[in-house]
Amino acid sequence: MTTQAVRLFRKMDGLFAVYKPHGVHWKHVRDGVESSLLKALNSCPPPAPQLAVRFQLLSAGENSSSKDLVLSPSMVPTLADHPLVTGPQFHKVHVGVGHRLDAFSSGVLVLGVGKGNGVLEHLCKSHVTRDYTLKGEFGKATDNFTDTGRVLEKTTYDHVTLDKLERVLAMIQGANQKALITYSQVDLRTQEAYELAVRGLLYPHGKSPPILTGLRCIHFSPPHFTLEVQCVNETQKYLRKLIHEVGLELRTSAVCSGVRRTRDGPFKVENTLTRQHWTADSIIQAIAHFSKTTRKIRKSGMFKQTAGQLNSSAQVQEQTRSQTEQINQEHVELSSSCGQRDTCDTE
Amino acid sequence: MHVCQRCVSLLLSRPLSAALQQSTRALHQRSRLTLLQHSTRHTLSQRHSRQTWRHFTDHQAASPDVYNKIDLAQKEVVPLNSDVHRIDLDAAVHPSPLQEISEEEAVQIQVPSALPPESSTLRPYVDKSETLSKLVQLGVNLWKLEQRPNVGSMLVRLDFHADVAPRLLFLKDLGVEESKLGQLLTKNPFILTESLDNLEARVSYLKSKKFSKQSVAAMVSKAPYLLNFSVERLDNRLGFFQKQLGLSAEKTRDVVTRLPKLLCGSLEPIKENLKVCELEFGFRGNEMQHIVTTVPKVLIANKRKLTQIFHFVHNTMDVPHSLIAKFPQVLNAKFLRIQERHLFLEYLGHAQYQPSQPNYVSLDRLVFLPDDVFCSEVALATLEDFERFQKTL
Repeated sequence: MTTQAVRLFRKMDGLFAVYKPHGVHWKHVRDGVESSLLKALNSCPPPAPQLAVRFQLLSAGENSSSKDLVLSPSMVPTLADHPLVTGPQFHKVHVGVGHRLDAFSSGVLVLGVGKGNGVLEHLCKSHVTRDYTLKGEFGKATDNFTDTGRVLEKTTYDHVTLDKLERVLAMIQGANQKALITYSQVDLRTQEAYELAVRGLLYPHGKSPPILTGLRCIHFSPPHFTLEVQCVNETQKYLRKLIHEVGLELRTSAVCSGVRRTRDGPFKVENTLTRQHWTADSIIQAIAHFSKTTRKIRKSGMFKQTAGQLNSSAQVQEQTRSQTEQINQEHVELSSSCGQRDTCDTE
Repeated sequence: MHVCQRCVSLLLSRPLSAALQQSTRALHQRSRLTLLQHSTRHTLSQRHSRQTWRHFTDHQAASPDVYNKIDLAQKEVVPLNSDVHRIDLDAAVHPSPLQEISEEEAVQIQVPSALPPESSTLRPYVDKSETLSKLVQLGVNLWKLEQRPNVGSMLVRLDFHADVAPRLLFLKDLGVEESKLGQLLTKNPFILTESLDNLEARVSYLKSKKFSKQSVAAMVSKAPYLLNFSVERLDNRLGFFQKQLGLSAEKTRDVVTRLPKLLCGSLEPIKENLKVCELEFGFRGNEMQHIVTTVPKVLIANKRKLTQIFHFVHNTMDVPHSLIAKFPQVLNAKFLRIQERHLFLEYLGHAQYQPSQPNYVSLDRLVFLPDDVFCSEVALATLEDFERFQKTL
């Protein structure tokens, strides 16, 4: 006989995405989600208490004529099972975080609940890219590359035009493409490597520095500008440093005024939950929405594990790439339309 | 929490409620000693030996009352000397457990209590202890209390009729509602160990400062630790608030009644908050008084969060000091809420905080309204638009 609480708990298994607000540490987000799930679980009615035989002094009843109190047995619920004595039914719900976001950034944060935590691991190891929108401002340089840091220098930026910026971005993209080819350990003179590159399935294997697979400017009105980036193996600090380096290349200085993740693998910003919706019902709905994606990730992850045991590297790489292609299919198309929508919003 | 052996023994030896069978009650009264007070060596030997229960009860009856640890050594000597059968395992006098015994012998059988001598929860003791069961029926959250160190042992040691009942009656006379008693005791179980004279002295002090009966009851319900503080401390704090804030006696009483936590905590953070408001924010004296009387929570708010909110409201939203002083609720709100709503209004072009301009949005409406009402009335947009905007921040 499962109780309502246990049935609710069994629904909490899977991945979902949350929109992390700016200025909040990701741990607070994770703790907030966990406490709201626990609140919903513990508000379910507790199981019925055990009954025990107790001898109580009750009046004798209709049988005897006297009014004496007589010890008589009765089944009484034991106080040891009272919720005020046992405490809440659930103490912990395992909520894990996928690729972390630091406090300055905002955007898509993938969380896993219960059995979804295992799938989170596969997601982190899989070949998915992440999409960021970086807002920059020309004219100053700070110590932590953000506009809230201590200003180190101020420069003019009148000479910066859009095509100079585009040229710098193209140069950075070229360098990153070279790095991608080097770290993906393919010989570009072969036909297979060419085909992979055409399909966009080159991916760095093993440890690699952050690599940008896509970079373009979607908004330019000096001193403000916005870049859209697709990257792999990155940290948000690296992206802020990128803005700083763009400024340096243009012979001015730039700071980052916002880092916003719009996509993490197959999880896009349209389906994330905002702060008002960090409740158990919305989370369970989101888990159900992403269940298909979760299954795909789990399958690809499990395949990679078994393939690793079989130990035939070329075959493994080929198969993994086909799996990643399936997961990446959706968002490779959508990233361009995503960028267009962003432009509309900012303008 | 670890209910110690002494407490459990106290629990067991106390005459239990009339719910027990009369025969067992007689047994308990006759032999106050339990297994616990013997040393381990003797306990084991007595349990594992082939003696009958009769021998066991003889030994029990021989030993005197055991709360005094000094007696323990003497007691241990007594069984040892008279106990000859214990060592001789091959003695022929071993009645089988299936042998029939007379009624008198049956009555003399003492069943050792099933209560564990030590436990990390109060669950095994709740049904047997009158204090604990009455507390659960009142609504005291025993689970929360047993997490605190030593509180569980203290509760088990209390006697309901001597300790708990007089204080509950005192609180009831004070005017605290019965439904609130459970929460009060959960927050502050030490009110049950405070002496009644002290409690009455503190209540009479508060009444002498012209706090009405209802306000004293409300204060005790909101700040359960209030009556554990000495009269000097309460006096000190009341004096500080009246002097520092420059408020009249009645207004001080009002502020303290609404936030009695002010009298409980330390004064240092409050002094720091006042300094921050005066020097860093730049509020004048009368503005400070108005803020504190409207929103007393500003005095115990987190300094960093308060500074963050003020900085945003004054510098980014360009709201002058006078308006903030007029609507101090904004200093009590969550920063993210203020930020998101302001940016949404700015994006839509409705961010007007000057009362003289058209489309004026007052700060308290900005902060106080729930999301859907805010979207429909103030921002004139739908809730979905607001959520979509939140995802672009």
